[in-house]
Amino acid sequence: MPLRLLRFGLGLARPDTRILPLPQELKPHYDVVIVGGGGHGLAAAYYLARQHGITNVAVLDKGYIGGGNTGRNTAIVRSNYLTDDGVRFYAESMRLYQTLSDELDINLMYSQRGHLTLAHTDASIRTMRWRAEVNKHLGVASELIGPDEIARICPQLNLSRAVRYPILGALSHPVGATVRHDAVAWGYARAAGRLGVAIHQGTEVVGFAIEGGRITAVETTRGRIGCGKVLIAVAGRSSLVCDMAGFRLPIRTVPLQACVSQPVKRFLDPIIVSGSLHCYIWQSQRGELVMGGATDPYPLYSTRSTLDFKEGLMAHMLELLPFLGEVKIMRQWAGLSDMTPDFAPVMGKTPLSNCYLTAGWGTWGFKATPASGKAMAACVADDRPPELIAPFRLDRFRELDQLGEAGAASVGH
Amino acid sequence: MKIMPCPLNGPRNIQEFICRGEVRIPPAADASAEAWAEYLFYRENKAGIVREWWCHLPTTFWFIAERDTRTDEIIRTYTFDALDESGSGR
Repeated sequence: MPLRLLRFGLGLARPDTRILPLPQELKPHYDVVIVGGGGHGLAAAYYLARQHGITNVAVLDKGYIGGGNTGRNTAIVRSNYLTDDGVRFYAESMRLYQTLSDELDINLMYSQRGHLTLAHTDASIRTMRWRAEVNKHLGVASELIGPDEIARICPQLNLSRAVRYPILGALSHPVGATVRHDAVAWGYARAAGRLGVAIHQGTEVVGFAIEGGRITAVETTRGRIGCGKVLIAVAGRSSLVCDMAGFRLPIRTVPLQACVSQPVKRFLDPIIVSGSLHCYIWQSQRGELVMGGATDPYPLYSTRSTLDFKEGLMAHMLELLPFLGEVKIMRQWAGLSDMTPDFAPVMGKTPLSNCYLTAGWGTWGFKATPASGKAMAACVADDRPPELIAPFRLDRFRELDQLGEAGAASVGH
Repeated sequence: MKIMPCPLNGPRNIQEFICRGEVRIPPAADASAEAWAEYLFYRENKAGIVREWWCHLPTTFWFIAERDTRTDEIIRTYTFDALDESGSGR
């Protein structure tokens, strides 16, 4: 191996395989146009080609693939949600993630490290007991544990009672994992490209031609494309793209900020989350501490950073892990979260007969990438949402049939 | 620290305020459940200048702020009366 590496480094020959095919001209017509080249859009393209034999598909992205929320989340996957529908859906996504490296032939660095959601109040203990029971009933590993067990799993945590919010217990989710998020976009894009899907980066959608309740063509910055069907998968910009298609959404776009510290020697195995303290932390394979908190306090379409976020996050983080006072922040960024009123996503059909939507992914979208992509591919191919995602339909808000997933959100919003 | 110019309390740290969303006309009391669902859950969520209800929490003073959601700039703030006078609708 070292010899091969040396020869490759010193030699002039470079492999001629590319992750993506060379950029192509837009074709005048595609059977399916997918707006948004993030994880969800690319996964849907892959499953459309792989499972449904639909390969005349274009994925359009105004920037580059995986450059939005796919590359801005904190890479955590888990399935310990609160509603039956949510747990079933996220458990299916975790099941797909576990074998995805093999399927896509790319190292996604799937790392099962355990996930602890800390409780600091009686109310959160109660919600966690409820979550644990729902989870176990549906076959998801999830257990309410006390301080002794927390100390065994994560001795680094400050379990002292002499703090503002002592740790009373935790929801333990041993199968909680982290996944290298960029590689998910690259893996799906490469696999979809090999099956014939066209991926057009730097191609922004600026309008839709609509006739008789259906989209007949997509207007882009590179010209007009005729389309059979359209899938919108644009996360924080869902309201803007759907406005071009003539319908409104129950969504607010709010920034979510995150940061990483300078790299330090590995000391932290599990993912630690505190809903009451609005913070979460895990240590990456590079040794950086990946940290995030609650969404920003008001809606915005800007990925600017604020000092308020860092002050608020660190004040609480230092209570959990006081020795982090010595560690410096290295990098900070934000993504645009499309927040729904019930903290559950929107997947399925829209008021336009050949237009489909996957949105409302707020702060919980990355973990859903494979299941959302697979289910949306089926929804587009069959013109009918599969049973797994039927409860997440857009019309649930008008029918007053919401899902109520707020109790399972990682951190307060 | 970001500053919000409050019509009652003057410029204050934005952490003292809470944003309560777009200024909109509520449906009539006897409107259909669908109209109420639309009012409660659906949003314009515009990228551009929005008009919103804000509240200064320590004084529970409610007012209206116009912000640009693309640039995070606060353009102006005024009381509910001024909104009526401007005739710009609720």
